[in-house]
Amino acid sequence: MKARIHITLKNGVLDPQGKAIQHALSALGFGGVDDVRQGKYIELDLQETDPAKAEAAVEEMCKKLLSNTVIENYAIEIE
Amino acid sequence: MKTAVIVFPASNCDRDMIVALEKITGHKPHIIWHQDEDIPQVDLIALPGGFSFGDYLRCGAMAARSPVTRKVIEHADRGGNVIGICNGFQVLTETGLLPGALMRNESLKFVCKDVKLRVENNDTPFTNAYSEGQIITVPVAHHDGNYFADEDTLKALEDEGRIAFRYVDDGGQTTKASNPNGSRNNIAGIISRRKNILGMMPHPERLIEDAQGGAGGLGFFQSMINAIN
Repeated sequence: MKARIHITLKNGVLDPQGKAIQHALSALGFGGVDDVRQGKYIELDLQETDPAKAEAAVEEMCKKLLSNTVIENYAIEIE
Repeated sequence: MKTAVIVFPASNCDRDMIVALEKITGHKPHIIWHQDEDIPQVDLIALPGGFSFGDYLRCGAMAARSPVTRKVIEHADRGGNVIGICNGFQVLTETGLLPGALMRNESLKFVCKDVKLRVENNDTPFTNAYSEGQIITVPVAHHDGNYFADEDTLKALEDEGRIAFRYVDDGGQTTKASNPNGSRNNIAGIISRRKNILGMMPHPERLIEDAQGGAGGLGFFQSMINAIN
């Protein structure tokens, strides 16, 4: 199975890189972008064939390593 | 005082730390490679600056999960002293031994310069050789030193006197201009609740004698000698 994980900064955590991207977009003439939040995308190829077990395992991976839950949220898709 | 310095792949301030600890304690620290299975019985473990594991995933994330770091956590849990400088501070927050996280500098730039720090609490094993409110000069050199913690955590740190150092201007005031990285409340270094763990972004080990351009960091090491010997 494949796990797709999006890791994003929590609300209230400043994202200076997102701000810089927003400024750069604006400088390139892309107006109307109110906010930019930058995150990470991680793909895992898993041996597990049971989606529920796979999700539980990936959830543990997110808590223990892939995300820092002090500043980040994660969202998992299993396929 | 017996000491150990942990070396991860791409640690790069380990040597400065070893030289500083040897000069001040009179004993060469144990140098522990991250794959070494055991850390000898020591009074202090130092996690040095650098870019452990290439800063992959997040600064300090890989080193925090490294087997040797489990030994560091056990040492800390027994009440043993631990310092984390720069990348070492990032590792300590990633392990959860210290609260919060170190984020990309607000300027997005790597900052390498001398800064002024105000000693906020001198009743710790790492600051007792300074006077409270003393202004010291030490260098910073980092890209990810922007200390973040949520409001409740910040309040607890403030109320419990766990801010060790704050970035200030020449007059000792916490200003936005004197904050090199956007750190919340101008925080440069914090201590654990039991006061046995300190993490800080600036590098006291780089200024311990006049030949290095100043000795602002000497008191940091002298404090540990006072507290531990």
